[in-house]
Amino acid sequence: MSATTYAWLVIAFPLAGSIVIALGWRSLPGRTAGWIGSAAIGLAFLNAIAALVQLQDKPAGARHLQSSLWDYVSTVGINAKLGILVDPLSVFMILVVSGVSFLIHVYSVAYMDSDRGYRRYFSYLNFFVFSMLLLVLAGNFVLLIVGWAFVGFASYALISFWYRRRTATYAGIKAFVINVVGDVGLVLAAILLQRETGSLEFAGVFSRAPHVFDRNEWLIVAICLLILVGAFAKSAQIPLHTWLPDAMEGPTPVSALIHAATMVTAGVYLIARAHPLFELAPTAADISAAIGALTLLFAASVALVVTDLKRIIAYSTISQIGYMIMGVSIAAYSAGLFHLMTHAFFKALMFMTAGSVIAAMAGEQNIDRISGMRRALPFTFRAFLFAALALAAFPGFAGYFSKDEILGFAAERGGGYWIFFAVGTAGAVMTGVYAFRMIFRCFAGAPNDEALELERGELPHGEHFNPMTGEKEDTDVGFPGPEHHIAERERPMAVPMLLLALLSLGGGLVQIPGATHVVEHFLDPSFTDSPLAQISTSSGIEALALIAGAAASLTGIGIAYLFWVRNPGSSLRLAARLRGLHAFLAHKWYFDELYDVVFVRPARTLGQVASNVFERSVVQGLVGGTAFAVRVGNSIVRVVQSGILRYYALLLLTGVSALALYFLAVSR
Amino acid sequence: MDIVWYLVLSALIFCIGALGVLTRRSPLVILISLELMLNGGNLALAAFARMTGTSDGQVFALIVMIVAAAEVVVGLGLIVAMYRSRLPMDVDEMSELKG
Amino acid sequence: MFWIAALMAVGGAAGVVLQRNPFYSVLSLVVHLISLAVLFLLLRAEFLAAAQVIVYAGAVMVLYVFVVAYVGGLEDPLTEPNPALRTAAPLFAGALLIELGIAIVGSGLKAIDTHGPHLGAGFGSPSEIGALFLTKFLFPFEVVSLLLLVAAVGAVALARPAASADRELARDRVSAGMSASSQSGD
Repeated sequence: MSATTYAWLVIAFPLAGSIVIALGWRSLPGRTAGWIGSAAIGLAFLNAIAALVQLQDKPAGARHLQSSLWDYVSTVGINAKLGILVDPLSVFMILVVSGVSFLIHVYSVAYMDSDRGYRRYFSYLNFFVFSMLLLVLAGNFVLLIVGWAFVGFASYALISFWYRRRTATYAGIKAFVINVVGDVGLVLAAILLQRETGSLEFAGVFSRAPHVFDRNEWLIVAICLLILVGAFAKSAQIPLHTWLPDAMEGPTPVSALIHAATMVTAGVYLIARAHPLFELAPTAADISAAIGALTLLFAASVALVVTDLKRIIAYSTISQIGYMIMGVSIAAYSAGLFHLMTHAFFKALMFMTAGSVIAAMAGEQNIDRISGMRRALPFTFRAFLFAALALAAFPGFAGYFSKDEILGFAAERGGGYWIFFAVGTAGAVMTGVYAFRMIFRCFAGAPNDEALELERGELPHGEHFNPMTGEKEDTDVGFPGPEHHIAERERPMAVPMLLLALLSLGGGLVQIPGATHVVEHFLDPSFTDSPLAQISTSSGIEALALIAGAAASLTGIGIAYLFWVRNPGSSLRLAARLRGLHAFLAHKWYFDELYDVVFVRPARTLGQVASNVFERSVVQGLVGGTAFAVRVGNSIVRVVQSGILRYYALLLLTGVSALALYFLAVSR
Repeated sequence: MDIVWYLVLSALIFCIGALGVLTRRSPLVILISLELMLNGGNLALAAFARMTGTSDGQVFALIVMIVAAAEVVVGLGLIVAMYRSRLPMDVDEMSELKG
Repeated sequence: MFWIAALMAVGGAAGVVLQRNPFYSVLSLVVHLISLAVLFLLLRAEFLAAAQVIVYAGAVMVLYVFVVAYVGGLEDPLTEPNPALRTAAPLFAGALLIELGIAIVGSGLKAIDTHGPHLGAGFGSPSEIGALFLTKFLFPFEVVSLLLLVAAVGAVALARPAASADRELARDRVSAGMSASSQSGD
């Protein structure tokens, strides 16, 4: 079978899994739904590997396959097909997506076990993977937008999974609204591209773009900015980032899958895919890189201060995606995508371990209350350590090679791009600090009550409550289930974590600068048309990047050690001294408050005006008035319905006479 | 006789029947007046059959007669039902269609 | 001959409408029907006349007589208590008559001023009617038979005695206010 057939199967299996679980949910006891979902993704992963093999069989120049099932629209100049594009970039993405998704599905089989909405969860999760794969394999803008929208919906459904939790539903709405803003940008960009280049297919658009647009012409810059709006909404960059921390209201595996490894990388993928357009509009590319850099710093700074475990990891995600966006915007495509891959490994692992820790704390997520879990959760601790080392780009781990490759490329391009190098390095220091802040706060130090309970062999149980607001909850459908599952006790949780830990350690070996270049060579055929991608970093710059990266990471870890192990309490003293700065960071640079004033309050006022004034007088008046008129007319006409038979007969006769009269008159 | 007199006669019978339907209160008499109207129609049909020389009008009149018979059956059944439920045999009292 | 039959027909009709006792109305109708049969004969519709006498005057009138005997003749006042109806009804009936008259007299059908065409011997005979029924009017024939079937079934359904439990209920309902008249008393 050809690569495209395998690609169609890759999309088909998760969809089938989702439908099967959704339709047969009543007859799937226990963990069956979970295994069905995992099997679906596992099959997708196998098919992705098969597609990879088939693709690599072809000569390098011909690794650009398209396949279409049928035409959606074929009319005035618009030709939209249900078509996929199988090339190294998309195969790379489907491997990462299906591989990591599979591991997270297996993890969820155990993690979500006692939840009443277990089957709904797996149906949604499979649907999400299906839509993400669709997005990545899409061969034209129409299917891309379809996948984009589906992913947005799946994200909403999964964030609001515990739908009786009000904070969760609000978070879901917030995510969806911001997503829609991005959708609008993307659709506008597609419309403009269709108008200018006459095609919606990637191949057509990208080949014609250089002939249609002048370099840095305002129109192509505008199109690229619109694409960026879409990318930033999905990838949670400034200013469309506020939904991601709130999205932590969803179950932890959801955070792992959607908000670490896959959905948020859609923006990175989009920029990489649309790279011909961005290379035609360097202004837009520079803006994108600048925003990526700014987001990187912003998120890292906030992660130093927030106290909810999952939200620290969320801000870390935003920051790391800032790296990726910066990377693909400055044309370091393979580096950016390589970082995407390694980040998927260690960030998913980090969320998984966080889930285990939170379960051990019976639902508590505030790191102020977690400490000393080292002996109580040995496996989780070691996994978290691997993830944190990879995140902090400790030399030898996966994150080290990928992050520093991006920085090296920035340095290579020289000139103003040294700023990105500097920003990236500063961010690396902060990354080291907050990554190990988590490790030292949660695992080092004296064991807290829950840790002591665990060391004794009992799993802590507490009241069920909302981690953010403290409200009491029950464990019926719509809220989390009564049981908590930790990795030490559940094999389906431990095995994926182990695999990801190994990948976090060894995943970087495939792309060691100067030595192995597996990822780069694999992705080359997708970027042959890009002059900038051909830049290869000189060994001097590479060495500089590696050394700087190692130094930054070790510095960060050292600072964290000082603050939280050597001098416990010094962070609090520092916060008290820099109270203003601390408040600024703790309030996430006041973005939410800004949006509240600029968008939410006017909208609410408008709604109230509409409801009180317009609705009451105009609409009620119209509708009520019509009803009143009808009623009046009715009471007039009702007189005829007297119920007396002979009246009816009389009316009948009158009618007949009138008719006869009419016909007589007419015939005269 | 000229056909026209037959037609005048049928019109007269029809209108007398209509008068009866409108004026009387007993449902039985109303039904009978209805029969009158039908007969008037039959007469007109037979006259026209004679006029055109085809028997189609007579066939039509026969069918009208059959329909009248069916209608009588149902109507009388209704009247019997009314009587059995001790309802007053007065059309004006049966005003439940009042809207 | 025509005038005698015509006068009797009109007289019978008037009798139907003007008699107070329903029994007398039925008898007037019988007279009316027989005179109408005579008129049919005059119009060379022999089969029709025979059918009129046998079916109409015979079966249908007998039915009426039975029902009148069962139900009893209530004498209802002739004068209409409702003033509106009292004036309106004759008015409209008269209007209808006048219209029909105008229609007939002023009609463009020249043939009505004649005796009608010269007819062959078989006109109006049963064989001719029968042949027409079975060829040109086959469909109405079948439909009408179906109609009769339906009417028969309906009559049986209407005349069914109520189940004993329902009869109690019917009596209660009737004494309560006669609301569900259509359900009880089948």
